[in-house]
Amino acid sequence: MALDLSPIRISLETSVTATAITLVTGIAAAIWRANRRGIGAALMDGLFLLPLVLPPTVVGFLLLLIFGRHGPLGRLLLHFGATVVFSWPATVIAAAVVSFPLMYLSARAALEQVDPRLLQAARTLGASEWCVFRRIALPLAWPGILAGTILAFARALGEFGATLMLAGSIPGRTQTIPIAIYFAVEANDLHQAAAWSLIDISISLTMIAGMYYWAHLRSPERTQWSRR
Amino acid sequence: MALEIQFEKRLASFNLSVEFSCGAEPLAVLGPSGAGKSMTLRCIAGLERPDRGRIAINGRALFDSSKGINLPARERRAGLLFQNYALFPHLTVAENISFGLDGLPPAQRTARVQKKIAQAQLEGLENRPPHELSGGEQQRVALARALAIEPEFLLLDEPLSALDTHLRGQIERQLIATLAQFRRPALFVTHNMEEAYRMATNLVVLTKGRVAANGAKETIFRQPPNLEVALLTGLKNFSRAKQISADKVEALDWNCTLCVARAISTPPAYVGIRAHYIDFLEASPRERALTNTFPCWLVRASETPFGITLYLQLHHTPGETGAYHLQAELFTEKWLQLRDQSQPWHVRLAPESLLLLPS
Repeated sequence: MALDLSPIRISLETSVTATAITLVTGIAAAIWRANRRGIGAALMDGLFLLPLVLPPTVVGFLLLLIFGRHGPLGRLLLHFGATVVFSWPATVIAAAVVSFPLMYLSARAALEQVDPRLLQAARTLGASEWCVFRRIALPLAWPGILAGTILAFARALGEFGATLMLAGSIPGRTQTIPIAIYFAVEANDLHQAAAWSLIDISISLTMIAGMYYWAHLRSPERTQWSRR
Repeated sequence: MALEIQFEKRLASFNLSVEFSCGAEPLAVLGPSGAGKSMTLRCIAGLERPDRGRIAINGRALFDSSKGINLPARERRAGLLFQNYALFPHLTVAENISFGLDGLPPAQRTARVQKKIAQAQLEGLENRPPHELSGGEQQRVALARALAIEPEFLLLDEPLSALDTHLRGQIERQLIATLAQFRRPALFVTHNMEEAYRMATNLVVLTKGRVAANGAKETIFRQPPNLEVALLTGLKNFSRAKQISADKVEALDWNCTLCVARAISTPPAYVGIRAHYIDFLEASPRERALTNTFPCWLVRASETPFGITLYLQLHHTPGETGAYHLQAELFTEKWLQLRDQSQPWHVRLAPESLLLLPS
C-alpha cells in the first residue's frame, strides 16, 4: 500500500504556523484585556472565545464569508491578486482561529497570576513597559503560557471542520491528516484510515510529552505541586 | 535637599490630603492601618496618581497637576522597598540587584552589583534564588536592589513588619545604619510608634488621610498636639478636663483636681499621663501630702515579659464591673516591692508628667 505522506507535512506545517500565530495574538489579546473593564471588554471576551463554543462548521462558514470572493478580506486580497480559499494559508487560518481561544484563556490566566507588585517594583527600578513584560511578566507566566501553547497546538493538529470548509481537501496542498482520514473512511479504505490515525496519535503524543519534558528540564522547581 | 509633598487624592472611604516635606534626615509616617500611609508612598513613587497637588524632589517636579506633569514610576528615580520586598522569584540575588542597571556598561554594572552585595553583607548568596533566603536576607536584597540605582530618595513601606520579632532588632539597627549613610531624603511608613521613634528623626502622624502632627519626634512625643496623636504615640490614660484656675484642671473622668506645671495658655479638653510616668509613693504621710497624690486600688494586673501592667481605680475600692481609671506600667523589681504593701496604694500624677490636650 503506497501512502502519500504529504498530509503529515501539511498537518505539521499548519499546526506549527497556526500555534506561532496564536501564541503572539493570544498573549497580545490577554495583555490588552488585562487593563480593561466594562461591557466593551466583556464583549471582546465573548468574541475571543466564540470559536471555542461554535461548531467548527459555523466557524468555517463565517471564515468563508469573510475570506470568500465577495467577503471583505477576500475582496481586499483579490485586489492584490491573492486568494485564500482552498489554499494552504486557509488551513493555517482555520487552525489558528479555532485554537486561539485556548491560547488566549491560558495566557490571560497565567498573566493574571503574576503579582502586580513585582511589575511595580520593576517600574520603580526604571524598566520600560516592554522590559517589564519581557523580563518579569513573561518568564513568570511562562508555565501557563506553555500549557496554553500545547493545548493550542493539539487543537490545531486536530482541526477538521473549519479547515474542510475553508481549505477543502486538495491532496498535497490542503489535505491534513484528519481530512485524509475522513476521505479514507468515506472511500472505505479502512487500512489507510487506521494508518493515518496511528500516525496522528504518535505525533500528538510525542509533541505533548516532548514539550512537557522540555519545560520540566528548563524549570524543574517552578511547579508548585511537584514532588521534591 | 528635600522631597516636597503636597497632594490630594479621593479614596473610597476618605479623602487623602497631605502636605509635608522630608529632608536628608529619615522621616517616619506613623498612623493606624487604613490611614492612607501606603497610598501616600505609592503616590510619591508614581504607582498611583493623585487628583491634584505637587510632588517634587530637589525642585524637580515628579507630579504637578497645575502644569500637567506626572512622571511615570520609571523616571522618578525613587528607591522603593515593598512591604513584602517584591523580589523577582525567577532571578538570583545578583540578578535582582542588577535589574535596574540596564543602562550601565557591563563592567560598571558588575562592579556596582558587587559593591551593593558587599554593603548588604550578601556575599556567597549571589546565585541563590530569593526563596532560599531568610526574611532578613530577603529584606537586605530588596534594599540593595532599591539602592543599586542610586535613587534620589528612598521610600520604605513597613520595612520591618514582615520579619519575626527576634530578627527585628538586628535588622532595624542595620537599616538605621543604612539610612544614616544614605544622606538623601528617606521616608518610611509604619504603624509601630516605637519603631518610628528609634528609626526616624522627624515624624508625620497620619490619621484618616490627614496630617495630624508633623515635626521633630521628641516634640511630638513630649507634647502631642491633640488626643488622637497622643493615643497614636502610646498614651494609655486620659480624662476629659475642665480648667478651673491658671494652673489647675479638673479631671472629670478621674474625679479629681490636678495641678499642672505651667500656666495654662489654651483651655485643655483632655488631660493625660503616660503609663510609665505614674509614680507609686512610699506610705509616709509626708509623701502622701504631695500634690496630685491619690489613693488607689488594684482592679487587675497583666504580666508582660519584664514587667507588669496594673489597672487601677482611684479614690475608692473597685466595683464588680472591672472599670478602672488608670493603667500603669512597672518593671518587675518595683512590682515585687509594691505587691506586699497593703492597699490603698498611693499614686502621684506629677504635674510635669501631665499632658494637656486641646480639643
